[in-house]
Amino acid sequence: MTEITEVPSPFCGIGTDDLTIHVEGLSVKVSENGCAVNTPAFEQDITDTSARVNGKEVSLELAVAKAADLLRASNQPVIGGCATDVNGMRGVMAVADKAGAVVDNVNFPAARRNFLALQDTGWMTTTLAEIKNRCDFLLVVGVDLEGFSPRFFERYLWNKESMFLDDTSQRDVVYLGKVPSGEASTSPTGGKAKVIPCADADLPEVMAVLRALVKGRKIVAESVCSVAINDLQGIAEQLKAAKYGVVTWAAGALGFDHAELTVQMLCEMVKDINTMDTRCSGFPLGGKEGDQTANQVCGWTSAYPARARFSSGFPEYDPFLYDSNVMLANGEADVLVWVQAFNTTSVPPVTELPTIVVARSGMTFAKEPDVFIPVGTPGIDHAGHTYRLDNVIAIHLKKLRDSGLPSTAEVLNAIEHAL
Amino acid sequence: MLIKLTGGTVYDPASGIDGQVQNLYVRDGRFVKQPAADVKIDKEYDLTGKVVMSGAIDMHTHIGGGKGNIARMLIPEDHRKDPVYRSDITRSGCGHAMPSTFTTGYRYAEMGYTAGFEPAILPVNARQAHMEMADIPILDKGGYVMLGSDDYLLRMLTAKKDQKAINDYVAWTMNAAKAIGVKVVNPGGINAFKFNQRKLELDEQNAHYGVSPREILQVLATAVKEIGVKHPLHVHGCNLGVPGNVGTTLDTIQGIGGLPMHLTHIQFHSYGTEGDFKFSSGGAQIAEAINKNKNITADVGQILFGQTITASGDNMRQHANHGFANPNKWVCMDIECDAGCGVVPFKYRDQNFVNALQWAIGLEIFLLVDDPWRVFLTTDHPNGAPFTTYPHLIRLLMDKSFRNDMLATIHPEAQKMTTLASIDREYSLQEIAILTRAGAAKLIGLDDRGSLGEGAWADITVYTENADREKMFEKPDYVFKDGELVVVDGKVVQTKWGTTHIVRPEWDISVEQDLQKYFERFMTMKVGNFKISDDEMTEDGRGSLTTHSLNGTV
Repeated sequence: MTEITEVPSPFCGIGTDDLTIHVEGLSVKVSENGCAVNTPAFEQDITDTSARVNGKEVSLELAVAKAADLLRASNQPVIGGCATDVNGMRGVMAVADKAGAVVDNVNFPAARRNFLALQDTGWMTTTLAEIKNRCDFLLVVGVDLEGFSPRFFERYLWNKESMFLDDTSQRDVVYLGKVPSGEASTSPTGGKAKVIPCADADLPEVMAVLRALVKGRKIVAESVCSVAINDLQGIAEQLKAAKYGVVTWAAGALGFDHAELTVQMLCEMVKDINTMDTRCSGFPLGGKEGDQTANQVCGWTSAYPARARFSSGFPEYDPFLYDSNVMLANGEADVLVWVQAFNTTSVPPVTELPTIVVARSGMTFAKEPDVFIPVGTPGIDHAGHTYRLDNVIAIHLKKLRDSGLPSTAEVLNAIEHAL
Repeated sequence: MLIKLTGGTVYDPASGIDGQVQNLYVRDGRFVKQPAADVKIDKEYDLTGKVVMSGAIDMHTHIGGGKGNIARMLIPEDHRKDPVYRSDITRSGCGHAMPSTFTTGYRYAEMGYTAGFEPAILPVNARQAHMEMADIPILDKGGYVMLGSDDYLLRMLTAKKDQKAINDYVAWTMNAAKAIGVKVVNPGGINAFKFNQRKLELDEQNAHYGVSPREILQVLATAVKEIGVKHPLHVHGCNLGVPGNVGTTLDTIQGIGGLPMHLTHIQFHSYGTEGDFKFSSGGAQIAEAINKNKNITADVGQILFGQTITASGDNMRQHANHGFANPNKWVCMDIECDAGCGVVPFKYRDQNFVNALQWAIGLEIFLLVDDPWRVFLTTDHPNGAPFTTYPHLIRLLMDKSFRNDMLATIHPEAQKMTTLASIDREYSLQEIAILTRAGAAKLIGLDDRGSLGEGAWADITVYTENADREKMFEKPDYVFKDGELVVVDGKVVQTKWGTTHIVRPEWDISVEQDLQKYFERFMTMKVGNFKISDDEMTEDGRGSLTTHSLNGTV
């Protein structure tokens, strides 16, 4: 048995890198600092070790050749999922460029809400270490933060020491919208988060009123949706009184039409506060299953986020037109490639089209894909890089065991060479 | 493989050769002596009548790191105007203000550049910077690691740690981030912005730490010198873009007390407050100060008219300037108790008085600094203009009548506020070769680049002489990288991967014990996971590291 310490996780998005892991042969056990997200993701067994074509086990070379054949015959392939490490995503980009494919990250429907706001007006944001050391007021909008990230509070809010706060347990936390699922947001000294619940669909209106109150506009009504104006006024005052307020949201949790307008309202409110003689920052939650990684790598190789098309011979970006699910539904694609190195439950969309799956060992299918190539998981079976939710921090993932599974990059580079 | 380049007119300031007709020989990537008569030449290029220089080196260009990628994400409308098709040997991408990485490499090479250095690598973002640069083909690259607003250094200064401890920290960080230089951006100002300070003068104290920019400059410039790093402290000064900042810049030069210091994009720091618009040129004063103080070098950060995007670590100043965003969208970010960044799209307009005068101020500095070894050709890509404007900028420097024609088209009040029309200087080819090759290599501390001399790596650019210098410099006949032909007639014909240039100054191992405690208490990752190992730089299968000498070593 080997014990490996200071193991970084690609699964939780918040870049925990203090896991202790026991490795025995192919078995992986998280022995310290696990959580509901990371432990099962690390401990999942390897089941498939061999590639398959039409359900029959074949050599990797044969599966690669078959995948290349399907892509060569395709007029418009789409590469969905795109959930892998930096080198894997480099492989996705190389295949897409050569095959004229669409690249579409699995979390783009959520990320689009942020990109539309970013590309229209921009934002002011911060990172985890700033929160850990500076944040004196956290406003959580429309997300169950501990459900998203079980160790967020323990690591970044209730840390014992901080450089600029005398007592971290005195930080104020307010939830607006979704109610927390547990007690993680309760401070070590028992201080409870204030919760101002409302339905997700009411957030556009509630956020608009909150921004108006921050700007000192007079609101005559006594409530908006189910929320008392007094409660929102309290939040507005706390935001302005805080030395370093942080407003966090998860685009993936804002499941209503035109949520980008709510993201924009929130981000513009943060900008407003920075003109009121104090500091405040936004903090978008994400970073799971390589979504930041996909956007970063697609960003530097194509200049666009990870919903881009290469069939014209150059990259084109459209956050709506190149939605792989829409393209599949409308008959605009003729081959599906699904890349998912992290999560076996994130299966390809059901389609009658020829399908190539490059995915974590153990994925099961309602309909056997034409080609299935099981790959290693970055940070378990091979080294690699993944981005944390705060986007500027790439973490170097470790290889924990010798499974013999190829990496996403090895498989995709082989397909690219065969094209 | 032995290559002969025959009969070219050679400009190689590093070897003291100024326009002499010479043959050059390249074996296995490096220049060699003329071989014996019986040695077989594998390939000969007839360069009769052509101009031969070493490959150009951009010593300050934002080509790798998070803020550049934020800039890309922010302006899809700019990319759409400049799509770049894939070919059998090149990848697709986008160009203009903030090109994709592959396009960056191709376009630099197609202009005769063979190396570029990212000036603002945040230690915590160094992985990203190197990963992005690893996807820039053909070019060699490297970077300067940013210190001065990191809480660790400011805590050291407040605790009155001695210079030796600071030297160890600087050396450790350079190794951890794989850097070849050290940069400071708005010294302490990025940090002060987190405490809601909105400006920070040279002698103004950080509200929390009680430390001034002057003290930060002093300890960092001293550290860089004492640990033997050849590239002087790379300084983006206080008060970028603020009218009257010429005083701050002159004070910065005086205050450093003779220590080596490089002032970057100095054009943005050379503004007076005279005239009807309370905005005037400090170009002559700055050039005079550079001429007098031999410890000072500067790159200009020339602005050129048109759309671009500014991406800077200086989020204090970027936030202050967000009202100028065009189109009206911008990003500011505080980063990891390390630094920050601000990204603001800009459209410089020749009929805008301030922009027009900025243009003239940059050119004044180029033309009034006497010593071409101490001034460098940059636009602070993409902040003053995209790097693809360099041939145009070279023409402005080499061709007085063209320059005056352009001057006659800008905002009339700006024309009155500049002495540009009275400056007769025209740069020579040799001087351009110093600015963009030999001088840059020397300043960065590259041991065997920027020269056509025996033993140097064979990065070569061959131009056809043309009185229109813009045309001449935008389309070289040939570019060789490490002796391999990569560009013909301004088009990439072969791609390869360049190396990453670094230095490895020594540090006392005890520095890591304190850092480990600091990381455990306050940071969000383990110190072991923070450091970038050599293996990590090469595990993608195409990266390599080239270590350069320090002062006092061979």
